[in-house]
Amino acid sequence: MSGRVAAAVAAGVAVLVALVLQTSVLPHLAWHGVAPDLVLVVVVAVALTRGAHTGTVVGFAAGVLVDLAPPADHVAGRWALALMLVGYVAGRVAEDRAARGTGVLGTLAVVAACSFLGSSVFALTGLLLGDAGTVDGIAGLLGVVATGVVLDVLVTPLVMPLVTRALERREPERLAVR
Amino acid sequence: MKGLTRRGSGLGIGTRRPWGTAPHEDRPGRPPGSLLLALVLACASLMVLDHGADGGPVDALRSGVGTVVGPAQSVTAAAVRPLVTLPDTVRDRRTLQAQLSALEEENASLREQVRTDPYDRERLARLEGLTTTARDLGQTLVPARVVGLGPAQSFSATVTIDAGSDAGVQPDQTVVDADGLVGRVLRTTATTATVLLVVDPDSTVGGRIAETMELGFLSGRGNLGGGARLDLELVDQRLVPDRGDTVLTWGSSGAGPYVAGVPVGAVTRVYESLRDGSKRVVVDPFVDFSELDVVGVVVPSGTRGDRGVVEADGSIR
Repeated sequence: MSGRVAAAVAAGVAVLVALVLQTSVLPHLAWHGVAPDLVLVVVVAVALTRGAHTGTVVGFAAGVLVDLAPPADHVAGRWALALMLVGYVAGRVAEDRAARGTGVLGTLAVVAACSFLGSSVFALTGLLLGDAGTVDGIAGLLGVVATGVVLDVLVTPLVMPLVTRALERREPERLAVR
Repeated sequence: MKGLTRRGSGLGIGTRRPWGTAPHEDRPGRPPGSLLLALVLACASLMVLDHGADGGPVDALRSGVGTVVGPAQSVTAAAVRPLVTLPDTVRDRRTLQAQLSALEEENASLREQVRTDPYDRERLARLEGLTTTARDLGQTLVPARVVGLGPAQSFSATVTIDAGSDAGVQPDQTVVDADGLVGRVLRTTATTATVLLVVDPDSTVGGRIAETMELGFLSGRGNLGGGARLDLELVDQRLVPDRGDTVLTWGSSGAGPYVAGVPVGAVTRVYESLRDGSKRVVVDPFVDFSELDVVGVVVPSGTRGDRGVVEADGSIR
C-alpha cells in the first residue's frame, strides 16, 4: 500500500513539474506558438506504466490542474475530459501491449495517437461549448494538432523514461498484468 | 457481492491474482464503469459551473491554483531567462555591439534588484510620452514581466505576468507596453495576473482613428506570431480610413477596462464587400505579441504595492 502512495506522489510531482515547465519554459521552444504538451506525455507515461485505472484518475487530476493554472482561460473541465480519455485509452493499450511485448516505436505511436486524441477532444469540446477561441477552421485546427503530435513525440524520449522509472521503482511487483 | 459473482463466472478461480485487484473489478488495472461515469460527470459539472458568468466557484479554484503555481512559474521563468537570451549574447559577442548589449543586460539586472530599473523606466517613460500626446491623460503604471504564455493548443491568447494584487493590480485594468496596447487583466492572484491579449478572439476594444477621430471596434484574429492582426469595424460604414492611419483606444477614463488614448496599431488594409456594403479594416498592432516581455499595468494614481510604481510624470515611487 505504501508503494501505491509513493507512486501516487511521484505521479503528482511529475504532473506538477510538467505543468510549470509547460507554461514557463516550453513557450521559448515553441514552433509557431505550438509547444510540446508535457502534461499529456506524463499522463500517457503513467497510464502505460500503471494501467487504465490509474491513467484515468491521474489524467483527470492533471487535466483539472491544466484547466485552472494560469494563464488558462478556457472553460474548466475541457482538458480534464481530454486527458482523462487519454489516460484511459493509453492504459487500455498498455493492457494489450503487456501481452505482446513492448517496443520504442509502439510507445511513440501511442503518444502520437493520444496527443491527437487529447488535442482533438479539447478542440471539439471548445466548439461544442462556444469557447473555441482562436480555432481557425478545420484546416488550421488540424495544423496545430498535427504540429502538437510531432512535438509531443519528440519530447517523449526525454520524459517517458524518467516517469516510467520513477513509478516502477516505487512498486516493482506491479508487473505481470497478464 | 454481485461483483464477486461476476468475476467468479467470467474468469474462473485459476486466473485470480491476489494483489492490486479491487473486489468489484472484473479485470485488473481497468477502471470500473462507475469511476469513469463519475469522472466524466465531474468534467461536465466543471464545464457547466465555469460556463456561466464570472465569479463562480471555479474562479475561486483558479485563484487558489494560481497562488500555488504562479510563484513556481515566476521562479522557473527567472531561472530560464538567462538561458533563453544566451544565443543572442554568444552570437553578438564578436562585434562591438555585443559588448554594448551585455553591459545593458548587466545594468538592467543590477538595477532591477533595487526596483528602480532605468531600463524599464526608459521604456515606460516612452510609453507615457505616447499616451499623453494622444490625450492629455497621465497614467500610473505597475511594471511587470511576462512569465507564462498559453500554448496555441488552448486556442486562446492569454499570458501570465508576475505582478498581482500585492502590487495593486486588479481585474479589468489596461496592460500596455512601450509600443502600445497589450490587453487587459482578466483575474489576479497575490503574485500573478492573467492578461487577455487584444489579439484574442474574445477581446473587443473600442478604437478611434487618430487622424479623423472616427470610432470603431477592434476585435482579435487569434494568431500570436508575426501574422497577428486586428479587425476594425467602424461605426460609420461609409468612411474609408487611409493606409497607415493610427488607431487608439477610446475607452472611458477611469471606468476601465481600457483607458483612453493608448496606441493600438496602424491600418494596413481595407476590404470592402460590394454585395452588402460592409467594410473590414485590418489593423497591424504596434506590439509584437510573440516577444512580449516588460509590460505595464495601468493602475489608479497613488496605488501602493510590493514594488516601484511609475507615476504619470515619470517619477518612480
